[in-house]
Amino acid sequence: MTFGSWLALVVAIVLSAEVVRWLRHRALRHERWRRFFRHPTAAWGCGILTFLIIVAIAAPLVAPLDPIVQPDPVRLKNHAPSLTFLMGTDVFSRDVWSRFAYGARVSLGIGALGALIAVSLGSCVGAVAGYYRRWVDAILMRGVDIGLALPRIFIVLMAVALWDRLSFAWLTLVIGLTSWFATSRLVRAEVLALRERDFVVAARALGVPSSRVIFGHVLPNAAAPIIVSAALSVGNVLLLEASLSFLGIGVAPPRPSWGNMIADGAVTIYTAPWTTLFAGLAISLVVMSLNAVADGLRDALDPRQDPA
Amino acid sequence: MTAWLLRRLAASVAIIFAVVTFVFILIHLAPGDPCIVGTGEGVPDPAVCRSLIRQFALDQPVLVQYWRYLVELAHGNLGYSFALHRPVWDALVDTMPFTLQLAGAALLIDFGLGLALGIYQAWRLNRLPDVVLGNVTLFVYSLPTFWLGLILLLLFGEKLRLFPVGGASDPVLCPLVDSFYCLADRIWHMVLPAVTLGLVGAAGTARFQRAAMLEVAQQDFVRTARAKGLPERRVVLHHQLRNALLSVITRFGLTLPFLLTGAVLVETIFAWPGMGRLTVDAILRRDYAIVTAAALIASSLVVAGSLIADLLLGFADPRIRVHEDAVVDIVTA
Repeated sequence: MTFGSWLALVVAIVLSAEVVRWLRHRALRHERWRRFFRHPTAAWGCGILTFLIIVAIAAPLVAPLDPIVQPDPVRLKNHAPSLTFLMGTDVFSRDVWSRFAYGARVSLGIGALGALIAVSLGSCVGAVAGYYRRWVDAILMRGVDIGLALPRIFIVLMAVALWDRLSFAWLTLVIGLTSWFATSRLVRAEVLALRERDFVVAARALGVPSSRVIFGHVLPNAAAPIIVSAALSVGNVLLLEASLSFLGIGVAPPRPSWGNMIADGAVTIYTAPWTTLFAGLAISLVVMSLNAVADGLRDALDPRQDPA
Repeated sequence: MTAWLLRRLAASVAIIFAVVTFVFILIHLAPGDPCIVGTGEGVPDPAVCRSLIRQFALDQPVLVQYWRYLVELAHGNLGYSFALHRPVWDALVDTMPFTLQLAGAALLIDFGLGLALGIYQAWRLNRLPDVVLGNVTLFVYSLPTFWLGLILLLLFGEKLRLFPVGGASDPVLCPLVDSFYCLADRIWHMVLPAVTLGLVGAAGTARFQRAAMLEVAQQDFVRTARAKGLPERRVVLHHQLRNALLSVITRFGLTLPFLLTGAVLVETIFAWPGMGRLTVDAILRRDYAIVTAAALIASSLVVAGSLIADLLLGFADPRIRVHEDAVVDIVTA
């Protein structure tokens, strides 16, 4: 660890703590957000996520070494964590902390983008099915039934294995395209209830085009479950990416991702457990934070808990 | 009821059919040609290759191949694995018992431990045990199973040397000593993989069960039970629990397919000779016959899981004894 990267790390920690403090302060003004911060885990989740996002964005500053270059495969391999190597070195003598920081970019990036694809697609399909009902609904929902029955991990595994290595973009796309089914059911149920509400009926009676009714009136009112399911999807996509990388068919090495790092360390787990330990801990922390944030959001966005 | 069941069965078959078709299309969309890829030992002799292509009808149009595949499937023939040089069915029969044993043990831990924790938490709601357990289950629930497996392997297999680090039985002693030893040996080998698979599920079940108990707790009959002066323990364990167990049935239906897909990673880590590992190996070797069969089994499990859950719900809860379409729609969480 160079002086610069220590400094950047401290700044990242302080910054994330400040962000949470600021959010908390702002939250005092709104009953909804006060409810969110009533969950202590939700506040911690926000802090952990902010910290890891800062680390991912500022990876070149936080990481002292290049994540791919192997400085000295003979003398520097499998070093235990120390002040010079914050998380030790792996079997190829690469600095685990540097790989961790750059891996955060890949893992969080795939998580966020994959979930974005999944949730937007799921919301659109769910909204269209719930709004138009009849045969549109029947066809789309039978499709979703099939999608839910597809063994997702096998399908992604096959897609990846068949086309040899998928590039980053394709991997994200494949994961996103196979993760939207549950969201679409959720949104459909919500839209089915909303479409009978007076404001939607009024909009239709005024001759507002269907697309505007769906995107301007119905979907914004279904935002709460969509946001919650988005938070959960990010975690699911992250876990899927990690499993694929662990099996050696996700993100292509030597590019670091957290799943990749677990796989790298699995070989030397008895002699150098730190390689696997930190990456796995990071995945668990992110997924846990997202679950906690989703719990908090569910409470915060629940209209039944709003003061009358 | 019979009409409903028939309709559900027809829909299930249709779904499985669609999944099989999808997998078939996926394989045929993929680039590559048996003559180019070969079996990994360079380019095969063109003459051999041509005869192989003719033998397996790979020169026929895709639709003809699809039809032949479906006909074979209808006869219960899952195909032939080139990598293993044996019919897929035989390979499945060999590995299935191992997966079923592991899945059964994991299921036991999942629901046994999960239900107990969930009920205990609901009983001590918002007190210290509930808060602590709530955070612990949240953390465990978020663990990647394969990472938990590695850590357990490191701690209990290597550091403490309490359990074996892989495999399903002792290859040397078990065939020699009596069957009781073999049984004990199998259980001893199963502890780590089953705990890995079951623990994450148990955390999820505990959270689910707690939420279900709280949902029920807000209903009028629970308030009535309290107002009648029933002891708290009886209210929780009798009134709340019995009604909260209904949603556990739903969760059970959702967990069923996961035992195969979740076992994929765990079996790989613990070198457990089950279907999950067979599938992963097949995918890495491009052994499509096995992959298609595994996809077929996995999707059948999904469909069967939701069907079983619906049926059980109908038995357990007279309120939803299936009338027309008012069947509880199982929403995957």
